[in-house]
Amino acid sequence: MSAEFNIAETLDVKGASCPMPVVKTKSAIDDLDADEVLEVLATDSGSMSDIDGWASGTDGVELLEQEEGDGVYKHYVRKTE
Amino acid sequence: MSTDTPDASADDAPSRADLAARVEELETALSEVESDDDDMKMSIIATKGTLDMAYPPLILASTAAAFGYEVTVFHTFWGLDILHEENSKNLKLSSVGNPNMPVPNVVGAIPGMDRVTTKMMERRIDDNDTATIEELIETSLDMGVEFQACQMTIELMDYDEDNFYDGVTTGVGAATALQDMAEADIQLLI
Repeated sequence: MSAEFNIAETLDVKGASCPMPVVKTKSAIDDLDADEVLEVLATDSGSMSDIDGWASGTDGVELLEQEEGDGVYKHYVRKTE
Repeated sequence: MSTDTPDASADDAPSRADLAARVEELETALSEVESDDDDMKMSIIATKGTLDMAYPPLILASTAAAFGYEVTVFHTFWGLDILHEENSKNLKLSSVGNPNMPVPNVVGAIPGMDRVTTKMMERRIDDNDTATIEELIETSLDMGVEFQACQMTIELMDYDEDNFYDGVTTGVGAATALQDMAEADIQLLI
């Protein structure tokens, strides 16, 4: 199933491990405009919990969806402000 | 014992206007407290300079910065080597003192074993694409983490300000660290 969001940017952090998926997601979100959606591709299984935790503890971002397939964890984060 | 409401003199009872003014006063005070709390802060004291102990402060610092926290890491004693540009690339893993290591302590105590266990850990870091100490420092600096090098330790170790990564704050002591800790929401000694 592929996500039906209008993706503005894709961040590929496959191979990288903690804390890089979260840290690079934050930097990539900073470069987006409000309402744009960032797609994050990771192979770190911890990124499922970490990006969820980061998004709920951070103002101005919303985690829309997470999905897993073929060893790749996909995260869709919207910048809200 | 009487169930009667005590006689409140009409003169003592606060008027609606008094109450409204008091509520407004409290709301203003509350909003000031709430706005002060907007910026989360974390203060870490990093005291260890072995390869394994250099990771936790840097991982937490960069992650907290990603959450938008204002982060200071005060490096003292062996923790100062993490900020030392040359030494940070040669941090060692001790082959003794940790019973979880694959070599028994008695073997670990043989001269040169630290080099072996360090190489082993470096290879694992490389194989797993775990960020290096240098990468974590550069990333944290980019994200606005303030790394502080304890002035007393700089002098004790006979280091020079030029030995540290660009962007590291020098000329700070315990009072600075204490002030950061007092203002922080999270304080950690590592």
